[in-house]
Amino acid sequence: MFGDIFAYIYQFIDSFAFLVLAALGMAIIYGMMGITNMAQGELIMIGAYVTDIMVCNLGMPLIIGIIIGTVFTGFVGLLMDRLIIKRLYDRPLDSVVATWGLSIALAQLIYIIFGPSMTGVSIPLGSFKVAGRSYSYYRLLLVAIAIVLILITFLVFKYTKFGLHSRATMQNREIANSLGVNANKMNAGTFMLGSALAGLCGGLYLPTMSLTPSYGESFLVQSFVTVLVGGADPLLGTVLAGGGLGIVQSILNMKFNTFYGKIGILLMAILFIRILPNGFSGYFNGVRLKMKLKKEKNRGDK
Amino acid sequence: MSDMLKVENLVSGYEKVMILHGVNIDMKEGEIISVIGRNGVGKSTLMKTLIGLVKASDGTIAYEGEDVTKRKAYERAWRGLGYVPQGHMVFPRLTVEENLMMGENINKIKGKKPDYDLIYEYFPRLKERRTQMAGTMSGGEQAMLSIGRVLTGNLKVMLLDEPSEGVQPNIVEQIGDIILRINKDLGISVLLVEQHIGLIQQVSQRCYAMDKGMVQTALTREELLNYDEIKKYLSV
Ligand SMILES: Nc1ncnc2c1ncn2[C@@H]1O[C@H](COP(=O)(O)OP(=O)(O)OP(=O)(O)O)[C@@H](O)[C@H]1O
Ligand SMILES: [Mg+2]
Repeated sequence: MFGDIFAYIYQFIDSFAFLVLAALGMAIIYGMMGITNMAQGELIMIGAYVTDIMVCNLGMPLIIGIIIGTVFTGFVGLLMDRLIIKRLYDRPLDSVVATWGLSIALAQLIYIIFGPSMTGVSIPLGSFKVAGRSYSYYRLLLVAIAIVLILITFLVFKYTKFGLHSRATMQNREIANSLGVNANKMNAGTFMLGSALAGLCGGLYLPTMSLTPSYGESFLVQSFVTVLVGGADPLLGTVLAGGGLGIVQSILNMKFNTFYGKIGILLMAILFIRILPNGFSGYFNGVRLKMKLKKEKNRGDK
Repeated sequence: MSDMLKVENLVSGYEKVMILHGVNIDMKEGEIISVIGRNGVGKSTLMKTLIGLVKASDGTIAYEGEDVTKRKAYERAWRGLGYVPQGHMVFPRLTVEENLMMGENINKIKGKKPDYDLIYEYFPRLKERRTQMAGTMSGGEQAMLSIGRVLTGNLKVMLLDEPSEGVQPNIVEQIGDIILRINKDLGISVLLVEQHIGLIQQVSQRCYAMDKGMVQTALTREELLNYDEIKKYLSV
C-alpha cells in the first residue's frame, strides 16, 4: 500500500519536474513575446549535445557541462532572435511556421555533424529502494531543481528591473515602450533567457535519455501543451499546467505506459482549447480580478 | 524662451488612412497648452505621433531643438517626453507602486533618485493604495496613477490625453490643480488634450482647436475663457 502511494507520488513529481523544466523557457518566450517557439525542442537538444561533448569528449564533470550547455544555448537563442525571430515579433502565426522550419533544419544539421547517436552519460547519484521498488536520486534532484527554478524565476520577475519591465511589456507593450522600455532589447533578453532554460533542461535530462538528433522532439509535445494549457502567465501557468498535466500523465504512465501518458496530454490540450482558451492562468487571473473588484466594491459601498 | 516642442506639417495615421494632414504646433518652455476638437478629429493620434507610437509619414517633430521625428518611442521618453495616454492605461496587474516605478526611465539622470514623496504628496490616495493592483482601482485613481507614473522620471514635457475621462467632477478639479502645480513647481510643460471645458479653462494658457486633421485656430487665454467661443470647437 505505502509502496504504491510512494510510487504514484514519485511518478507525479517526476512528471511535474519534466513538464516544468521542458516548458518554462517556452512559456516565458510565449508570455512575453507572443511567439510560439517550435524550435524550443531543438534548443533543448543543443543544450544536451554541448553538455555531452563537454562530459564525454572533454572529460568535464556533468555539472560544469550543464552550465556550459546552458550558457551556450542562451547565446544560440540570442543569435536566433537577432537573425530570425526579430522579424516575426508582430506575426505570431508566421512565427510558428518559421520556428517549426528552423527546428527541422537544426535537427538535420545536428544529424549531419554528429550522426545518428552519441555516447551517453550515465545517470549519477545511484538509487534507493522503497517497498521493493527502486528509485533514482538523480530524478529527485531534478524535482528539487525544478522547484528552485520556479522560485528563482518568481524572484527575478517580481523583484528585478528586468522582471518589472517584462511584466509591464506583457500587459501593455506600447505603453511600456512609451515609458522608455526598449522593446527590442527586452525581446532579445527574453529569448535568450528562454533559450538558456531550454539548454539547461537538455543538459539535466541528458543522463536519463539517449542522445539522438530527435532528442528535442521528445520534449516538444509536452512543453507545447504545458504552455498551451498554462496560458500567457509564464510562471503561474507553467506551475498550474505542470501540476495538472503531471497528474494526468503520471496516472496514465502508471496504469498503462508512457505512450498513453502522451495521448492523455494531447487530449488535455484539446479539452483546454475548447473550455479555457486562455489557459489556466488566464482563467485564474480573471477570477482573481473579479474577486478583488467585488471586494473593492463592497469597501466602496460601506 | 526657447522652443520646447515644434511640430511642423505633421502627417500621420494608420496603415493607409491618414488622420493628421499637416499639424503645426509650437510650445515654449513652461507653457500649458490645450488641444481641443470633436471626437475622432485625431487628437489622440497627434499625441501618439508625438511620443512615437504612431509613425509620422511627413513633417517634423522637434523637441528641444532636436529633430526626433525618426526616433523610437522609448528614445523620446529617455529625452524627457512623458506620455499619459487616453483611458489612463495603467498596467492592471502591476501594483500602484510598480506602475510608478515604470516611469523612472523617463530622462533618467544618474545619481538622482525619483521623488516618491512628492508624488504621494500630490496624490495621497496613491500612497494609501501602494500595494493594490492598479486594475482594481477606480477611474479617478487610475487617472492619478497614470499622471504619477510619468512624474517618477525627470520629464520636461507631459503629453496628457484626456485625464478627465471617466473621472468625477471634484477629482477633475483636483487634477487641474496638480497640472498647475507640476507646471509651477517642476517647470514641466504640458500639452493637454481635453473635452472638459472646466479643466481646459482652469489650466490652459492658450489652446489649439483641431478639425479635419489640422489645427484650424489658435485661441488665446481670453478667448478660451469665453464659454460660447470654446464650445463651438467641441462636440456638444
Ligand atoms: N489603431 C487605429 N487603427 C485605425 N484607425 C484608428 C486607430 N486609432 C484611431 N483610429 C481612427 O483615427 C481617427 C482619429 O482617432 P483619435 O483617437 O485620434 O481621435 P480623438 O480626436 O482622440 O477622439 P476622442 O475625442 O474620441 O478621443 C478616428 O477616425 C479613429 O477611428
Ligand atoms: Mg482621443
